[in-house]
Amino acid sequence: MSAHSQSIASPAVRVRRAPSLRRWTEREAVFSWLMVTPPVLFLVALVGYPFCYGILLSLQDRPVARPGQFVGLANFVADWHDPVFWQVAQNTLVYTFAATILKAVGGLGLALVMNQEFRFKNLTRALMLLPFIVPTVLSTISWMWILDPAFSVINWFLIHTGIANPGPSWLGNPTLAMGSLIVVNTWRGLPFYAITLLAGLQTISPELYEAATIDGASALARFRYVTLPLLKPVIFIVTMFSVIFTFADFQLVYVLTRGGPANATHLFATYAFDVAMGGGQLGMGASIALAMLPPLALIIIAMSIYMKPAKS
Amino acid sequence: MMVERRDWPVRAVKLWLPLGLFMLFTLFPFYWMAVTSLKPNQELYNRKIMPLIVYHPTLKHYVDLLTETNFLTWTYNTMLVAVISTAISLVFGVMLAYPLARMRFPGAALISFAVAATYLVPQPLLFIPLADIINHLHLGDTLTSVILTYPTLLIPFCAWLLMGYFRTVPHELEDAARIDGATRLQTMFRIFLPLCVPGFISAGIFAFTLSQNEFLYALIFLTQTDVRTVPVGAIAELVKGDVFYWGQLMAAALLGSVPVAIIYSFFVEHYVAGLTSGSVKA
Repeated sequence: MSAHSQSIASPAVRVRRAPSLRRWTEREAVFSWLMVTPPVLFLVALVGYPFCYGILLSLQDRPVARPGQFVGLANFVADWHDPVFWQVAQNTLVYTFAATILKAVGGLGLALVMNQEFRFKNLTRALMLLPFIVPTVLSTISWMWILDPAFSVINWFLIHTGIANPGPSWLGNPTLAMGSLIVVNTWRGLPFYAITLLAGLQTISPELYEAATIDGASALARFRYVTLPLLKPVIFIVTMFSVIFTFADFQLVYVLTRGGPANATHLFATYAFDVAMGGGQLGMGASIALAMLPPLALIIIAMSIYMKPAKS
Repeated sequence: MMVERRDWPVRAVKLWLPLGLFMLFTLFPFYWMAVTSLKPNQELYNRKIMPLIVYHPTLKHYVDLLTETNFLTWTYNTMLVAVISTAISLVFGVMLAYPLARMRFPGAALISFAVAATYLVPQPLLFIPLADIINHLHLGDTLTSVILTYPTLLIPFCAWLLMGYFRTVPHELEDAARIDGATRLQTMFRIFLPLCVPGFISAGIFAFTLSQNEFLYALIFLTQTDVRTVPVGAIAELVKGDVFYWGQLMAAALLGSVPVAIIYSFFVEHYVAGLTSGSVKA
């Protein structure tokens, strides 16, 4: 304490007398590392370690209650020969692509609509985000009832307008079930696109549009040559997030179809869950979950290549 | 007004029609949730009558939900877990974001890359090994299991959002404090962090919403009714085999969404700012 008060009076003394520990922790690098170490350790223990442990599990024959036995790549070979696995891979790709395109196109359209001046804009924006903030499982319960085989409100309309009788089984038919999942995923994810792209649109200077208009550009040309190029970085980032989280989706499918009918809507995550938690085959399940990594990496790399050059 | 009146057919096509259709699509499931939860069973399971309105509204499903199920316990668990994991994530998020955003140190690039990578690791990649680890630690069916694992989803996100916010704060105040002899820790706590309250609100709301939304870990780790969260409780206990308690399910969905919706409505601007900051500024 006395050293401290002295130090204010004469800095020269402080340099010699100050406790070296404090001087050490005041160094930028030391202070930084002292700060980041606890969270880094936490993440290593609960993300890094489980990730590596997952790889280890995928190389084992590991029923839930018994110790595992190292089997090399046998689980991956079994996946390779499993027709359900390939069906799951196809489902996941269809689901990811269809939902992402719907969300991107719909989100961009909605952002353009919202980019006009109108009354109640803030209220509209707040309401629009509701699907994104309400817990997915809870809003999906409502969709489950909308798509119910016996009491679907959509079918009530189809029957009473004479379009179809009886209405289709939205979750019982393989194609319709996948379609329904894509629509519900779009319903939930579209606001995120719209709000983010709207924020992106608002950063584009109006002068650019004025200049383009003076040069005789039509509305379509202004969109094509001004809006789209400037929005591309935002679209890229939003799409990347959306692809990752759609590809790894679990909740929607688990609640609406549990992967049925006949595996037609199983995604990697739900199939891995079924094998590991339902079937008790932790090793097999881990191998299916890990199989998500290569296609996900490919999609992200492809997107970066496709979208990066236009950025500048 | 004049302009609007002359333009109204154009505006109707360019604005109100697409917006109206979209809002209908967006809000219908919530309307449906509310209407269904108020219907007595004889209306709920009657295919003859018009389903869009309630003829004899009843609170029976809400009463049943609150008295015959553990809904209140699930709500308490959900809140407790969300609040604690949000708090942990904010503290750890600051500890990562402050040095990464404001200082230079060897390894900074590696750590920010690792944080981004952690954020992008999809949850389904980790749940099987984590289930085994939680088992080994005898944490199954305890709230500790989810309080420990939720922050792994939230920390990278909070750190990333806060880094963006921290970078917008000017350096002068910190520099002045340092010249006046404040330690780095004092500068951070007394000068810097109080300037960043809006950033904390954004990150906090996000973390809170995300932890209310989490389902997979809760589904796997929590199998006893008294430790369950609302989404897991509803799906696991209001659906018994082929029997769906639709009225109660809808009541649970609605009541379960209320806390998030209330908090969201108070801080909607912060939420939107947080949502758009990452991608627009990047």
